[in-house]
Amino acid sequence: MTEAHPQAYVLRGARPYGTDPVDVVLADGVVAALGAPGTVTVPDGAREIDAQGYVLLPGLVDLHTHLREPGREDAETVFSGTRAAAAGGFTAVHAMANTTPTQDTAGVVEQVYRLGQEAGWVDVHPVGAVTVGLGGEKLAELGAMADSAARVRVFSDDGKCVHDPVLMRRALEYVKAFDGVVAQHAQEPRLTEGAQMNEGVVSAQIGLTGWPAVAEESIIARDVLLAEHVGSRLHVCHLSTAGSVEIVRWAKGRGIDVTAEVTPHHLVLTDELARDYDPVFKVNPPLRTAADVEAVRQGLADGTIDIVATDHAPHPVEDKDCEWSAAAFGMTGLETALSVVQQTMVDTGRMTWADVARVLSENPARIGRIDATQGRPVALGEPANLTLVDPSATRTIDGRTQVTASSNTPFAGTRLPGRVVATFLRGRATVLDGAVVDTAAGTPTSLEGAAR
Amino acid sequence: MKHLLTTQGLAKDDAILLLDTAAQMAATQSRENKKLPTLRGRTVVNLFYEDSTRTRISFETAAKRLSADVINFSAKGSSVSKGESLKDTALTLHAMGADAVVVRHSASGAAHQLAHAGWLDAGVLNAGDGMHQHPTQALLDAFTIRRHLVGGVGHDGRGADTSAGADLAGLRVAIVGDVLHSRVARSNVYLLHTLGAEVTLVAPPTLVPVGVETWPCRVSYHLDKTLEQWQPDAVMMLRVQRERMSGGSGAFFPSPMEYSRKFGFDAHRLAVLPDHAVVLHPGPMNRGLEISAAAADHERSVIVEQVANGVAVRMAALYLLLSGEVSENTDERTAP
Amino acid sequence: MSPGSRMPASSTTPAGAPAGPSTAPSSGPDRTVLGEADISRALTRIAHEVVERNRGAADVVLLGIPTRGVQLARRLAERLAQIEPSFDGEFGTLDVTMYRDDLRRQPTRAVGQTVLPGSLGGTVDDKVVVLVDDVLFSGRTIRAALDALNDLGRPRVVQLAALVDRGHRELPIRADYVGKNLPTSRTERVRVRLADVDGVPDSVVISPTASGSPSGPASDQDGGER
Repeated sequence: MTEAHPQAYVLRGARPYGTDPVDVVLADGVVAALGAPGTVTVPDGAREIDAQGYVLLPGLVDLHTHLREPGREDAETVFSGTRAAAAGGFTAVHAMANTTPTQDTAGVVEQVYRLGQEAGWVDVHPVGAVTVGLGGEKLAELGAMADSAARVRVFSDDGKCVHDPVLMRRALEYVKAFDGVVAQHAQEPRLTEGAQMNEGVVSAQIGLTGWPAVAEESIIARDVLLAEHVGSRLHVCHLSTAGSVEIVRWAKGRGIDVTAEVTPHHLVLTDELARDYDPVFKVNPPLRTAADVEAVRQGLADGTIDIVATDHAPHPVEDKDCEWSAAAFGMTGLETALSVVQQTMVDTGRMTWADVARVLSENPARIGRIDATQGRPVALGEPANLTLVDPSATRTIDGRTQVTASSNTPFAGTRLPGRVVATFLRGRATVLDGAVVDTAAGTPTSLEGAAR
Repeated sequence: MKHLLTTQGLAKDDAILLLDTAAQMAATQSRENKKLPTLRGRTVVNLFYEDSTRTRISFETAAKRLSADVINFSAKGSSVSKGESLKDTALTLHAMGADAVVVRHSASGAAHQLAHAGWLDAGVLNAGDGMHQHPTQALLDAFTIRRHLVGGVGHDGRGADTSAGADLAGLRVAIVGDVLHSRVARSNVYLLHTLGAEVTLVAPPTLVPVGVETWPCRVSYHLDKTLEQWQPDAVMMLRVQRERMSGGSGAFFPSPMEYSRKFGFDAHRLAVLPDHAVVLHPGPMNRGLEISAAAADHERSVIVEQVANGVAVRMAALYLLLSGEVSENTDERTAP
Repeated sequence: MSPGSRMPASSTTPAGAPAGPSTAPSSGPDRTVLGEADISRALTRIAHEVVERNRGAADVVLLGIPTRGVQLARRLAERLAQIEPSFDGEFGTLDVTMYRDDLRRQPTRAVGQTVLPGSLGGTVDDKVVVLVDDVLFSGRTIRAALDALNDLGRPRVVQLAALVDRGHRELPIRADYVGKNLPTSRTERVRVRLADVDGVPDSVVISPTASGSPSGPASDQDGGER
């Protein structure tokens, strides 16, 4: 494969959004042709891909990824994390700000942005910290980050809550100037001191300090009212409780400009998993009850929850192979997100593949204001950021064989439906035949590239 | 019985076997020669991540009375903050050929992890894990209650114990104090329920966990009402940690005086109980806070006897953990 | 952890030998070698021998080894009281579980009771202790009993009464009083049934069993099989 004359592809019999089969030609970084099988013109030298039975989606966009670099390269690097993202069908990720040093200056976000470009697996859009050092005390230079080469539009102290109401108000107001959004990690700090897991029946029995649902819901309630008051855009990270869904539903009903995300793990896992004290199930926000799982599925299906975001949080073995209370919060998710959404929402009949495209690609691209290049329709002339999925495959998850540098997947040993067969970033295959294409790496490409 | 980690799910037959075995162990402890050869050549490690001289000495005495070799491994200071320490310690104990590990840890679940994480194959005896469980404490409490209220041992402790094989059916036990943070309360609720007793937890609402509704017990916020109207056969006072009343807005009750007035056990409240009722406390006591000196030293207080019974119960637990058939793997491990 | 019953189990096989009885005999008929009357006569004879050997029963303390040894001790005590009016008819039990050398080779055994006759004041010092067991086989149970006894005091002399001696000793131990010597093969099972334990008429039965069969469950051993 030479970059001078990029490889063209023809996907035979792929089903865009799960609909009727078509042939799709990818050339020069865009969808060059799309039509009924056998009717498209295929350029010379195009590689044939038998896509019979496969679902073709716009490339997935993650609004919530922890790439750990700079600072915790033992857990993940921009290279390894974005390679994992490609394996999971993603073509763009938003890299959370809680690195060391924090992504709270133009310099650091540009560094992450450039690392992403150099890696070349997906588009990397750094998230800027709301406050200096995630300290919750002083606004970071949001404007400088917005104006930097990284063109930051999403700001978050994720991992920490912007709990000071005045500071939150100022942030919500300030980012309006450049159409930014504050993505809030909703966790009232005083109500969660020392908290280890969802507060309820299980925590009472197994003696771990409880993390009440109200600690999340009270912040979301406050923030939607603040957003309404100042007329700002608010994004709620990883909501996890039935009450949170209700509040967001109410806020949207009032016309408040709020969007919300749920993680794959909160769509399926519950706090019952804490009973064996395996810290792989320790996560922030904590796994909740079966009733909460049902509520977030319902919220996702009816559009109250706009997106699924992975909160991919890799950790080295030593941060998980220890006492529950000493273990780090978080679980990997890039390589299992699509399968979990298929299992919980598609295979249950609650969502179509078009809905999957909406919650895993179109909406997150729009919220992150990267919808000029990502989350585009599968249509003629659009950038060839695409994901080809075999929905009939099943696979058994093994943390050790995943592409991410860490192994802390909560799905180890479980069977999940669906497999990413191929991922295309501006027409270039980052994943083919279900495996990452390592020659694709290290090829700097312009993010603007073929996009119009 | 490979491990003793929790009383939740402990079968009734197993619980009674533990109590009956403890009774036989207790009988040997009045002899001039208190030492039995039963666990000769076995190694018991006391792995204590928390300071608890009383519990450690009790386990050490129990193991030594059964002729086991005892290694005290105080891991205090290297505990929770250092991620791998529990695992590395476990691997060390495995390499040393520990047959049983008695573990005390401030992290809930530490004993469960030691038993099930695959780090070592010794029997694990939970000597208190965070706010979770302290099964031998509950067993010694049940043993003490059974001796007095079923076995007919008098307040002087001299009568013959005729309670072998018996459960605690129909007995009423009030557990009073900081239930929220108490592994003793959690262990007792499940064990006493399994043995047929009725349990009422008595505490200010701030010290009752959210989620308590699934526990097999009732909850009251009023000590006097419980004592007068429910007439418990045994009252178990829980220790109140000093830090629960400090912390400004995070304090769990307004002041020690108010706690004492509403939830402290004293001679006046003792007088409300039926004549046969006994008073327990897992120790160490905060005299004047959750229990008055007059109540603690009253003839119906069995607090000192609980300490002696602790040794017998722990002997029973060690015996039942260590005397069973050993797998070939274990033999290989202990071979020179 | 549960043994089949809280009754202490009896030793069934010599430690180290192909262990124990199986739950069902593999072939061949059971042979009843002692009936109710035989057992009664044997106990009466042993009682007379105890009195004769010790010139009375003044200092004699009968200690039965659970489970069936206790019932045999009770019957012997009744007979001694008839023969020697000065004998108070008391007997004790001596649990040997915590002194066994095979605790790690067997499923967990429940610990039984040790009870000395009340008149002794908690010691066997200077007494003539007669240990009573149902079947004498490897001798390891008696070895454990001697250790257990050691922790209770210093008897003047210790003697051993066994309803059946089936041979195959692994230790230098012999019985002072034997109801019946039974030549057996190691692979055979000897089962003692007593009415007050088993609810069936007294008997001693030999049955063949497959050699090298795996160790049976504790409840099976508790059935008085050796």
